Amino acid sequence: MLNRRTLIGAASAAALMLSGNFAFAQETYIPLISKGFQHQFWQAVKAGADQAASEMGVTITFEGPDNETMVDRQIDMLAAALAKNPTAIGFAALDSQAAIPLLKQAQEKGIPVIAFDSGVDSDIPVSTASTDNIAAAALAADKMADLIGGAGQVAVVAHDQTSRTGIDRVDGFVNQMKAKHPDIEVVTVQYGGGDHLKSTELTKAILTANPDLKGIFGANEGSALGVVNGVSEMGKSDVVIIGYDSGKAQKDAIRNGVMAGAITQNPVGIGYETVKAALEASQGKEVPAHIDTGFYYYDKSNIDDPKIAAVLYD
Amino acid sequence: MTAVNPSSSPSLVARLIETGAHQKLLAFASLVLLLIGFSIASPNFMQTSNMIAILQATSVNGVLAVAATLVIITGGIDLSVGTLMTFCAVIAGVVLTNLGMPLPLGVIAAIATGALCGLCSGTFIAKMKIPPFIATLGMMLILKGLSLVISGTRPIYFNDTPGFDLISRGSLIGDIFPALPIPNGVLILFLVAGAASYILGRTVLGRYTFALGSNEEAVRLSGVNTDFWKMSVYALAGSICGIAGILIASRLNSAQPALGLGYELEAIAAVVIGGTSLSGGRGTVLGTLIGALIMAVLTNGLRVLSVAQEWQTVVTGAIIILAVYADMVRRRKA
Repeated sequence: MLNRRTLIGAASAAALMLSGNFAFAQETYIPLISKGFQHQFWQAVKAGADQAASEMGVTITFEGPDNETMVDRQIDMLAAALAKNPTAIGFAALDSQAAIPLLKQAQEKGIPVIAFDSGVDSDIPVSTASTDNIAAAALAADKMADLIGGAGQVAVVAHDQTSRTGIDRVDGFVNQMKAKHPDIEVVTVQYGGGDHLKSTELTKAILTANPDLKGIFGANEGSALGVVNGVSEMGKSDVVIIGYDSGKAQKDAIRNGVMAGAITQNPVGIGYETVKAALEASQGKEVPAHIDTGFYYYDKSNIDDPKIAAVLYD
Repeated sequence: MTAVNPSSSPSLVARLIETGAHQKLLAFASLVLLLIGFSIASPNFMQTSNMIAILQATSVNGVLAVAATLVIITGGIDLSVGTLMTFCAVIAGVVLTNLGMPLPLGVIAAIATGALCGLCSGTFIAKMKIPPFIATLGMMLILKGLSLVISGTRPIYFNDTPGFDLISRGSLIGDIFPALPIPNGVLILFLVAGAASYILGRTVLGRYTFALGSNEEAVRLSGVNTDFWKMSVYALAGSICGIAGILIASRLNSAQPALGLGYELEAIAAVVIGGTSLSGGRGTVLGTLIGALIMAVLTNGLRVLSVAQEWQTVVTGAIIILAVYADMVRRRKA
């Protein structure tokens, strides 16, 4: 048994050596520590980062924890990335404070840090590449107001109450309604963790409780798809749905009219700009403190517009 | 550390096998092999700072795995360790930040909360005869929900409690030997493991922990109050989760109320890799410690090698299956 176990160990060690790159010390290496990994949005960020990497001839890696609650796992990833003595680091903090000791370590080693997707409450990152989520959600509120005729009840289904994007999108939408559209009442904000099924159930409960509801804003991809499911399961075809981000299912819903439209960020741009800024910062060039990666509202009419299609992902 | 009554060991070899030392040796050999393999594969792996990062990554999961070991040896399971850890962290946050009490009270409150919740699980299992899987599954969800309710779904920061972050991030060893800045969190993991090991090997509670897992009915028929001992084990495991709660809160300088789901599976994986049997009656804390280290070394090593994340998960899963398979083959031979 000892033999078998030793063999297995040796085989896996050998496999690891083959699969790994030997040293990053000499080449330009930029690890990106993201908030997530398997979600399509993060894969689009990764695609943008990969594109920048091949254009600029740098090596990147892209990693993120399984879900957006695993703050400590993300810290472990950052620690492993630092061990590789990278040229620069891209970092999308789940919790800014928790990462500060490691960010300080990066600063001491002279490794520039670029924050992406959401900011870090610290002056260590030399630049932040992100979407202005408050402005984007306010745009969703304006579009919703237009579509329901400026009066009536609406609701929000969001992903979570703790993350920056969750807070900003809900606040952006709700505050815009209060400030600019006084005849519209946001009757409830519910959180489904970005889970399709949970968001579906939430939507059905909201529709049951508020039969006169005119519109629902789904604050991220999973929430928006849940809203679409919930509304169609209840047979309420007159409810106006505005979503967030893209993905195949959401694009289909917009094309066939179930969803009125959605806000899209520019995830590919976030990844691209992060790598670009990281490289420039490592070369000692001046980089802006904030890079607005932009957002758009898209619907059936402009979904195939090249400018929009370029930032949508499947 | 030994699991079996010393008087019942006829020969050294038999004793080695019986006590699971053999398994520990295998697990330890795998750990060393992994360390050597990664060191050869990447010059960045074997650095003091990276070794410390690995130890620090082990600390929380290691403490949770020690708690899970105690329960698993009784033939039970505890799915609530992760969310109980979070709940205890939130309680510490309420006591320290919201109520502004001094630091030691926060620590005591977290550990006491852990013990109390463990006692609840133990009561559901021993007195109400609910299977451990279900009882602790229920507790897992209850505690996850309560953490969100009590914290108001926002992280509670410990900025007003100076020194709180030093519990995990500070380094007493580093203060004495500046070349070896091992964080206190790691020190606490070893202290917890040492204490649990002592309890298992040298106390009545330890003896009954193994007895419950081997043949609960026989123990009960011989006049032992099995319900009491079972509840004690769950309460002890709960208090250890309370320590894990302090560790993670201190490391993040905040109590993150949504965290914790999924941590129970990683703790159980460490226990199983360390050679503790899921059917109970057999296991060691040292094995669990090595199991937790193997998981952390593997995760860190694959990252330092820049293996794509998809494959990291595949490899980790395969290692768990291999470890348990090796253990079963060994036991069939023994």
